[in-house]
Amino acid sequence: MTMLRVGRWITALALLLLAGVYVRALVYTPAEASQGLAQKIFYLHVPAAIWAETAMVFVGLASIFYLFTKDPRLDRFAASSAEVGAVFCAIVLTTGPIWGKPIWGTWWTWDARLTFTLFLFLLYVGYLLLRNAVTDPGARARFSAVLGICAMCEVPFIHLSVYMFPTLHPMPIVLQPGRPKLPGSMLTTWLFSLGVFTLLYVGFVVQRYAVSYLREQLEAMSERC
Amino acid sequence: MRSPELLRHAWAVASKDLLVELRSRTAILSVATFVVLVLMVFNFGRDQTAVSNLDLAPSILWVTFTFAAILALNRAFQIELENQALDGLLLAPIDRGSIYLGKLIANLIFVGTIEVIGLPLIALFFNVQVLLAPLMLVIALATVGFVAVGTLFSAMTVRTRFAELLLPVLLLPFMILPLRWAALTTGLLLAGRPLSEVHGWLNMLAVYDLVFVVLAILLFPATVNE
Repeated sequence: MTMLRVGRWITALALLLLAGVYVRALVYTPAEASQGLAQKIFYLHVPAAIWAETAMVFVGLASIFYLFTKDPRLDRFAASSAEVGAVFCAIVLTTGPIWGKPIWGTWWTWDARLTFTLFLFLLYVGYLLLRNAVTDPGARARFSAVLGICAMCEVPFIHLSVYMFPTLHPMPIVLQPGRPKLPGSMLTTWLFSLGVFTLLYVGFVVQRYAVSYLREQLEAMSERC
Repeated sequence: MRSPELLRHAWAVASKDLLVELRSRTAILSVATFVVLVLMVFNFGRDQTAVSNLDLAPSILWVTFTFAAILALNRAFQIELENQALDGLLLAPIDRGSIYLGKLIANLIFVGTIEVIGLPLIALFFNVQVLLAPLMLVIALATVGFVAVGTLFSAMTVRTRFAELLLPVLLLPFMILPLRWAALTTGLLLAGRPLSEVHGWLNMLAVYDLVFVVLAILLFPATVNE
């Protein structure tokens, strides 16, 4: 129960700071010259995308270690990370079109990164569906570990494949060789937002982890009765 | 385990599956009929004056093979569920990897047969020249990739609720990549481009096959061990 409470506090703090990100982005950060207000969405879009992808790596790593150790905590963590990753993917897939409509003139294009995010989202959804479809906890953990590892191994292929297509999507501004090419105030806002999203990820995962632990306890109890 | 032994056991598992299929012939006939029906859907589901056969041929070929392969893969472990045949297979003193390899070989032969039936039909119905040696290579490479992943996944999905529905949902994200590369290559080859123009995609397909076959052999024991 303490864990659930800790997770809630972290999430509450992260949500409060998220409001701070909005205020900083809208009031204290200059508007971008060519894109105007639409560019503000980057402060949410990019950190969410970074965490959506990182969460999949965590799912894969936790799955590998699970198959070696059979530690249920790793399975619970992989499941929580996948749930949160799916949510972050959904954020990326929602904020992207909102920006794309005024800037590109279309909600969706089969562009490299859009396709990649959609792939990632479908991998998460498949992973969560598989977990729901297996009733035996041992089999559920093993099956989802197998799928998690396969999904992690597919990510580099998707990356490689989509970057071979011509792209409309803006290239990385912050993570690029040499100095980031954006004004200091924008970079500060962005880094602040990345920190907030990190906190959000941690808060969500801790909560989901605690919930799945409680659910397992409940299942075990109802079996005993 | 020594590799000749692994392969011998794998072949024993594969030949058992193929023998079962050869005796009944239900699955292969159903899937072959399915292929004909999908080709008919393609023919009637488009405006034939607007899209030329040559432009549509790669899509027809790959969409048909994808759906037929999913149907075939569903069946791979389904036959082991009857009378707990899988338990018998697992009790046999052979490596788990050879069970996977055996299933993979049987599935490859099964899906390969469907493709052998499907290709002339595509040539016949859509009047395109598909019997090209480089195209066979592309089809073989792409098929190995998605059948390798599909065999692994079907070992898991047969023991879940909604098995028939879950396999495509899990497998399609893994099929779309080889499918994409294969469809691009097929388009170029059908348009008469030389093999040298498509070798980049062929390399990708080969690497994909290698990674997922090895990964599946390593992961398969986790799907059957209790």
